[in-house]
Amino acid sequence: MHVHDFFQAFRLAADLVLAADADLMEIIGLSLRVSLTALVISSLIGFPLGAAAGIWRFPGRGLIAILMNALMSLPPVVVGLLVYFTFSRVGPFGWLELLYTPTAMIVAQTVLVTPIIAALSRQVIEDLNREYAEQFRSFSVPPGAAIQAMLWDARYSLLTVALAGFGRAIAEVGAVIIVGGNINHYTRVMTTAIALETSKGDLAFALALGIVLLVIALSVNAAVMGLRATAMRYAYA
Amino acid sequence: MRMISVLASLAMLWLAQGMQNANADDNFIVLQSTTSTKNSGLYEHILPNFTEQTGIEVRVVAVGTGQALQNARNGDGDVLLVHSKTDEEAFVAEGYGVKRLDVMYNDFVLIGPEGDPAKVAGQTSPAEALGRIAKAGVPFASRGDNSGTHKKELLLWHSAGVDPKEHSGQWYREMGSGMGPTINAAVEMGAYTLTDRGTWISFKNKGRHRIVLEGDTGLFNQYAVIRISPEKHPHVRTKLAQTFIDWLVGPDGQAAIGAYRMDGKQLFFPNASDARS
Repeated sequence: MHVHDFFQAFRLAADLVLAADADLMEIIGLSLRVSLTALVISSLIGFPLGAAAGIWRFPGRGLIAILMNALMSLPPVVVGLLVYFTFSRVGPFGWLELLYTPTAMIVAQTVLVTPIIAALSRQVIEDLNREYAEQFRSFSVPPGAAIQAMLWDARYSLLTVALAGFGRAIAEVGAVIIVGGNINHYTRVMTTAIALETSKGDLAFALALGIVLLVIALSVNAAVMGLRATAMRYAYA
Repeated sequence: MRMISVLASLAMLWLAQGMQNANADDNFIVLQSTTSTKNSGLYEHILPNFTEQTGIEVRVVAVGTGQALQNARNGDGDVLLVHSKTDEEAFVAEGYGVKRLDVMYNDFVLIGPEGDPAKVAGQTSPAEALGRIAKAGVPFASRGDNSGTHKKELLLWHSAGVDPKEHSGQWYREMGSGMGPTINAAVEMGAYTLTDRGTWISFKNKGRHRIVLEGDTGLFNQYAVIRISPEKHPHVRTKLAQTFIDWLVGPDGQAAIGAYRMDGKQLFFPNASDARS
């Protein structure tokens, strides 16, 4: 890898995006499909879980918080192995025939992202709860309604939490390469394609794909932030 | 809140559709494969022919031979294509595979940095060459991942009478990676390494490395195909797998393998018929 290759990569990346190469579009599409689906499922689990942990007072609450935070450090390759053993033919759910499918990749990324969503939203909701707790108590709001109200009021902060989860999902390679198998036209995503080009020694092309991945992440983040700004304008207008 | 639930249901729909596709379209096999055949572009050259003729899609999972064997033992595939004869025979003997069939061969080559600091070029046998590398203490990048190439390399060290593990972390560098990343590292470290010729010819990041030893009979590299036994794993797609194997070792598959060229050079030499005659 030399300086020449480095600049070559930027040209290649621009060419790739401008040419809208069909194979590349397929890979980008699958990356987004897998990671966004995993993000939505993780959010459905993680937001309520995080909110509950942030609001309710119960013994061992501190331990739960530590556990949730620690699970954010789950190495993707370990999650990949766990999901592999779950869906392998010799594993408990082998009969589902999900190994080496996009669904297995979604499951793996969901396992990775849920702790991030839960742990970060727990912190957001706990902070918010300091302001709200008294009011909720005086109006004797039931806990379910309190969770809903706080998730809604914290929605702009939680959007950033979701983006953190998305970042983890779209960027990881360790889990999806094990459970997806990097199968051409079926389970190949951006990160596994980058790993493959690296193992072919085509470092400039690999880096070009990396640049494209960054551009996708930028676009998603920009779109969400744009949405957020519009929503806020309406909310406070 | 409403927007979130709309998004959620959309995602579920998408996911459900993906699952449906996976189940409805059952005309495929999973091929557990060594990496060299994939990284060299061979599959992209031959598989479209097969799929066009039979309608069977071949999903290639390319991992090191060690991992491919293990995945196949777990029943996570229908066909195995690797290059480590002793392991393949054990795999069949243990009842995991039906039969081992030769498919094609190429050879291993020893590559090294410009200037050949261990003065390997001109040696006639791999044992002498490795002996010189060990004596000079010039870095050697080993796959270190139980792959077919790694096992071959360990055999060659054995024949050289050197136990490289004693020098692990010094001049002997166990990369624990695939062939490509190992060559990438060898190029950066100025190290020697053993690679199959197919991967080397198609490799893009050769730097100033070149072949320093080739052509010895000890460097022969045979690839074989094995159908995974339905007796151990009743779910395997026996019929589709057999169709694929018949094609691969038959005239069409063999011709497709022989026709594959990279930079005008042939990477794999079909030899299924030799074994059967």
